[in-house]
Amino acid sequence: MRILKMQSKFLDVFLESLNKFGNLYGPTYKNKVLSYDRLANISDLVLTDEHPMIPIKKLFHPMKFTMLHFNEMGFTPDYSTIEKRVILGVHPCEIHSLLILDSVFMREPMDPYYAQLRQNSAIIGFSCLPTENSLCFSTDTDIVEEGFDLFFVNLGEYFLVWVGSSLGHDMIYEREEFFDKNVTHDDIQEYVEWRQKKNKMFKKSFEFDSMPDIMELSYESEIWEEFAKICLSCGQCSMVCPTCNCYSVTDVFDVTNEQIGRRDRNWDSCMYVDYSLVAGGHNFRASRGNRLKLWYGHKLKTFGKDYGRPGCVGCGRCVDSCPVDINVLTISEALTTKEVPEK
Amino acid sequence: MTLIETVENPFKPKAARIVRHYDLIKDHRFFQIRHIDMAKAMSFSYNPGQFIMLSIPGVGECPFSISSTPSRPGILELGVRRVGKLTESLFQKRDNEVVYIRGPYGNGFKLDKMVDKDLIIVAGGLGVIPLRSILYYALDNRDQFKRVFFLYGARTPNEFLFKTEFFQLKNRKDIECLYTVDKSDAEWPHATGVVTKLFKNLPEIDPSETTAVVVGPPVMYKFVIDEFLKLKIPKNLIQLSLERRMKCGIGKCGHCAIEHLYTCMDGPVFTYWDTLHFRELI
Ligand SMILES: Cc1cc2nc3c(=O)[nH]c(=O)nc-3n(C[C@H](O)[C@H](O)[C@H](O)COP(=O)(O)OP(=O)(O)OC[C@H]3O[C@@H](n4cnc5c(N)ncnc54)[C@H](O)[C@@H]3O)c2cc1C
Ligand code: SF4
Ligand code: SF4
Ligand code: FES
Repeated sequence: MRILKMQSKFLDVFLESLNKFGNLYGPTYKNKVLSYDRLANISDLVLTDEHPMIPIKKLFHPMKFTMLHFNEMGFTPDYSTIEKRVILGVHPCEIHSLLILDSVFMREPMDPYYAQLRQNSAIIGFSCLPTENSLCFSTDTDIVEEGFDLFFVNLGEYFLVWVGSSLGHDMIYEREEFFDKNVTHDDIQEYVEWRQKKNKMFKKSFEFDSMPDIMELSYESEIWEEFAKICLSCGQCSMVCPTCNCYSVTDVFDVTNEQIGRRDRNWDSCMYVDYSLVAGGHNFRASRGNRLKLWYGHKLKTFGKDYGRPGCVGCGRCVDSCPVDINVLTISEALTTKEVPEK
Repeated sequence: MTLIETVENPFKPKAARIVRHYDLIKDHRFFQIRHIDMAKAMSFSYNPGQFIMLSIPGVGECPFSISSTPSRPGILELGVRRVGKLTESLFQKRDNEVVYIRGPYGNGFKLDKMVDKDLIIVAGGLGVIPLRSILYYALDNRDQFKRVFFLYGARTPNEFLFKTEFFQLKNRKDIECLYTVDKSDAEWPHATGVVTKLFKNLPEIDPSETTAVVVGPPVMYKFVIDEFLKLKIPKNLIQLSLERRMKCGIGKCGHCAIEHLYTCMDGPVFTYWDTLHFRELI
């Protein structure tokens, strides 16, 4: 992969120039909450180590959108959410989460909404340093090798820029004057030191690699019931987890006409009580314990039949968000030590 | 912006006409439907054990097993129990009205493992709806199977589905049909008792030359599978079909997940062997 060097002072001008390739999106403050959104100005972009509260999945698997319209003639797809976009400031764990979502939505038959949003979006990755609850070192998602068009590593005075796609190459080519092809031995040395420094900054870790076996052996563990007793079934964990993809579908009639309307898709969570109800009211996953097992099974054991890795990318959001401290750390610790952590 | 408007959208259901319908029993209705696009109707190919997603605009979309056999193309048959919003609205539809369908989905029964062997089909209650597909498939391709046994149990004679059809099958020499109801009445001409009781009426079978399929209410599986195991039928040659809530049918929405499997793609047909590895399955 090609690596280039760019002086930090060029960053804003370069990023702004990318609007030639699509509307600019990135982390920005909306009502004091950091979130991925359309950037009116490049100055609205917030490059920080914090993750936006709602992960990047919202730009590809929107929280709510119209899939189809219907009338007397039948159904027609609505692709109005699809536009050319350049998404700036994407952290490594977020890029990993998209690769995992790809394995669901891009698998045949492809989801045409996700696929087209993906095909029309450039990913401009940015390095970050661990925050309080970052776990990506444990989950091996702290660096990325694929899934971006450009990736910027911030080394203070300058950035090292990885070119990950032919589109990324085109972007560089447009503003060649900003980039230095001579990446020296010293630059690489500085990068190596940066990584070593970063690796030492993680405050929290867990045994991700042994979790599939521990989960398997703990299927009958009463630990699950202990967590189930306190889980509120609020679904917050599914909203913030970048690799939760479940959704629900609802038809809505137009207020003015009983013949026309739309079919919407909305995020859903397997933590909600009615998630697995089938006809006749038989609920296959009635107990909270079973729902937690499904959730954590996907994050820590297996995710989909044909995909290699469990779904957790170590972003730490479940640690930040769960009101009763059920998260990958407390679950993995409890299953390993067989003790429910004291609150 | 040039979007791929031509992209195949797997969520877009196609119009189909209700050709004919009649009530099987109270709150259970039989529907024959056909794609309005005749080319689509004739080319729609599926396997016994697969299902479709049926939409009524404004009401929603639900999975239904295909009850007809692919050996009789053109028309799709469904058996629907009235339980809620969508099924209620479907029951309001008259012949020649339009519904929307997409599919077929799911894996279906593993026919390649079933041919050239004896076949035991065991249905409980509504489970007979998907099994009717494999039943007629076997009869239409009778030379591909050795002996065929069809065991069907309902709760009462009034809840016995496809009564006329299935009673007539009794006259055929190339299939052994055994019927039972949990609670019989004076007119009921067949056995009384749970479906597992019918096993004693089966002739000697060679377990290495036999496959079995079972579909019924969750409580039934354990007991029927015990009978299959007593007959020494290999665990990977016992197939069953599982119902989970489904919103998409194509492995995207997550609703049908069992551990790391999506019932809509990896199922709904599983072998008993599969279910032993996935604890949540039955
Ligand atoms: C693979 C498969 C094959 C099926 N085959 C048949 C069939 O051949 N005949 C038949 O009558 N039924 C079949 N079903 C069940 C059928 O899909 C449900 O009865 C139907 O979705 C209920 O919709 P409703 O709007 O009428 O009910 P609702 O008003 O939505 O609810 C009534 C009840 O149905 C449950 N329910 C809601 N949505 C679903 C859903 N998507 N799937 C299952 N249960 C749901 C609710 O929890 C509630 O208990 C099948 C289900 C699956 C998964
Ligand atoms: S685990 Fe926590 S965040 Fe998730 S549903 Fe339960 S209480 Fe809510
Ligand atoms: S399980 Fe928790 S840490 Fe892992 S990706 Fe989901 S929210 Fe992030
Ligand atoms: S029904 Fe949506 S994933 Fe199976």
